[in-house]
Amino acid sequence: MDKLNKKDYENLVNKKVPKPTYGKNMIMAFIVGGIICTIGQGFTNYLQSVGFNEEQVSTGVSIIMVFLGSLLTGLGIYDKIGKIGGAGAAVPITGFANSIVAPAMEYKSEGFIFGVASKMFIIAGPVLVYGVGSSIIVGLLSILFKG
Amino acid sequence: MEYIKTFIIGGAICVLGQIILDRTKLTPAHILVSFLTAGVILGGLGLYEPIAKFGGAGAKIPISGFGYSLSQGAIKGAQEKGIIGAFTGGLQATAGGIAAAILFGYTMAIIFNPKTKD
Amino acid sequence: MSLKKLGNRTVKLLNPPSIIGNYTIVGPKEGDGPLKNYYDQILDDDLWGQESWEKAESKIQEEAIRAAVDNAGLSIQDIDYLISGDLLNQIVASGYSARQLGIPYFGLYGACSTMTESLALGSMLIDGGFADNIICATSSHFSSAERQFRFPLEYAAQRVFSAQWTVTGSGATILSSYGSGPYITHVTPGKIIDPGIKDASNMGAAMAPAAMDTLIHHFRDTGFSPSDYDLIITGDLGLVGKSIVLDMMKKEGYDLTGIFTDCGVEVFDPQKQDTHAGGSGCGCSAVVFNGFVLKEMAKGRYKRVLFGATGALHSTLITQQGESIPSICHAITIDINSE
Repeated sequence: MDKLNKKDYENLVNKKVPKPTYGKNMIMAFIVGGIICTIGQGFTNYLQSVGFNEEQVSTGVSIIMVFLGSLLTGLGIYDKIGKIGGAGAAVPITGFANSIVAPAMEYKSEGFIFGVASKMFIIAGPVLVYGVGSSIIVGLLSILFKG
Repeated sequence: MEYIKTFIIGGAICVLGQIILDRTKLTPAHILVSFLTAGVILGGLGLYEPIAKFGGAGAKIPISGFGYSLSQGAIKGAQEKGIIGAFTGGLQATAGGIAAAILFGYTMAIIFNPKTKD
Repeated sequence: MSLKKLGNRTVKLLNPPSIIGNYTIVGPKEGDGPLKNYYDQILDDDLWGQESWEKAESKIQEEAIRAAVDNAGLSIQDIDYLISGDLLNQIVASGYSARQLGIPYFGLYGACSTMTESLALGSMLIDGGFADNIICATSSHFSSAERQFRFPLEYAAQRVFSAQWTVTGSGATILSSYGSGPYITHVTPGKIIDPGIKDASNMGAAMAPAAMDTLIHHFRDTGFSPSDYDLIITGDLGLVGKSIVLDMMKKEGYDLTGIFTDCGVEVFDPQKQDTHAGGSGCGCSAVVFNGFVLKEMAKGRYKRVLFGATGALHSTLITQQGESIPSICHAITIDINSE
């Protein structure tokens, strides 16, 4: 085993590892992602119909979808949707909510400060860092290239 | 028709994520971060707007839409209030979603316990 | 001068210790698996009345140890040493179960290789005349391992096909200088082999070369061939690792077809239980060995078994730093005769 060539071994391993079911995964991601977005569209249309302005609709829909994602995670359903839908469940904002609620629940056993509250952001933290950080840069650039 | 467009755009963005998940070693956390940042950049370049116009919630519900809102907020803030606005605009536009995630995240953690997978 | 050393690294025990008692406790999913009739106790609830997965794992290990002592017809006071380990940071499942037991304790970390590591060291202690009765035990728990090594339970992530499922369970074995077998006759400690695999969802491939290295050295040192064994069983290589070992051992001139399997392959039914590449965790080899292997030896189906649990000695921290996964395999020979 001392003379094991890492490159050859990697090739052997790649042959042995079963490939993901690409086609099925893509179809399921499309369906699950599509359904979640369509539900969001339903809420959008409803909030518009009761006279919310554009900004209120956008915020309202976010809040509703985050609530649904959180609730389904709490009930132990969202991880099953994720198993079927893959990125179809991870990419929508409900998946963002799942990434916050799942660690918050999991680390309750370590208390409410260092457990729940600090571990809530193990996945969502980086999302906010890069999102907010890059948006500030975009805002500053927009001043530079104004007009 | 509107719902079909939403379904197709939303589904397509998720399929893109699935392809990256299956073909690379990246995790869902990487997908969330990169799609959000892509949404910010495309929003900044004005390229996400046509997708959002066409796809409605199909473009806004995926995390890239969250990035789009961040960039639109930051640009709007910067145009109206200058440098300070560039700092506050993004979070202002998305504050509802983030605040909701914090509140509901905490509440759900208090109410529910994680269950073993079977 | 070493009287008991054979060849490059194997030990031939001159006073082979006997296995005089053992016990297995598994979680509900394992209790639903193909080996369900071999386990001593199957839990309905893998939290077992505890507040956390870690405390549940510790309790499972403690109860398995107590029951194994009972099974050997001994009491806790008769035991000289407890040698145990697990997967949790600072091996707390073992430390906290040892706190309850009050037996002089050696904590081991060999990741999933801990079952054979503890049996190897326990055998040598008894053979050397340092003790009469020793407990060797390990445990793992799906939910405590998930949160430490992977994602929170409710996180919506897909598992890849090369990923393995951590076994919830514990196995304890009592070794004694007295007793009528089966005996541990040979010990071949492993060295660390790192084939450069960085993917923590592909442990089988990371550990397979370590298993091969130990098996080959065992055969060379002892002069045994695979046909001297009725069963050769490795730790938790799973389906991917097992298939690699079979292929590569053939190239090295050892045909293991028909006598070789892996605890991770046996413990679950991948189709029915959706476990992908099979089982893993310290508890995997512990429950398959103490449940399946020893019970089949008692029935007379196997007379001589080579058992090599495999372990991946990485952490999430160092994997994030870009390091590959170093692996190890310790092998022991279990024989119904002492000669």
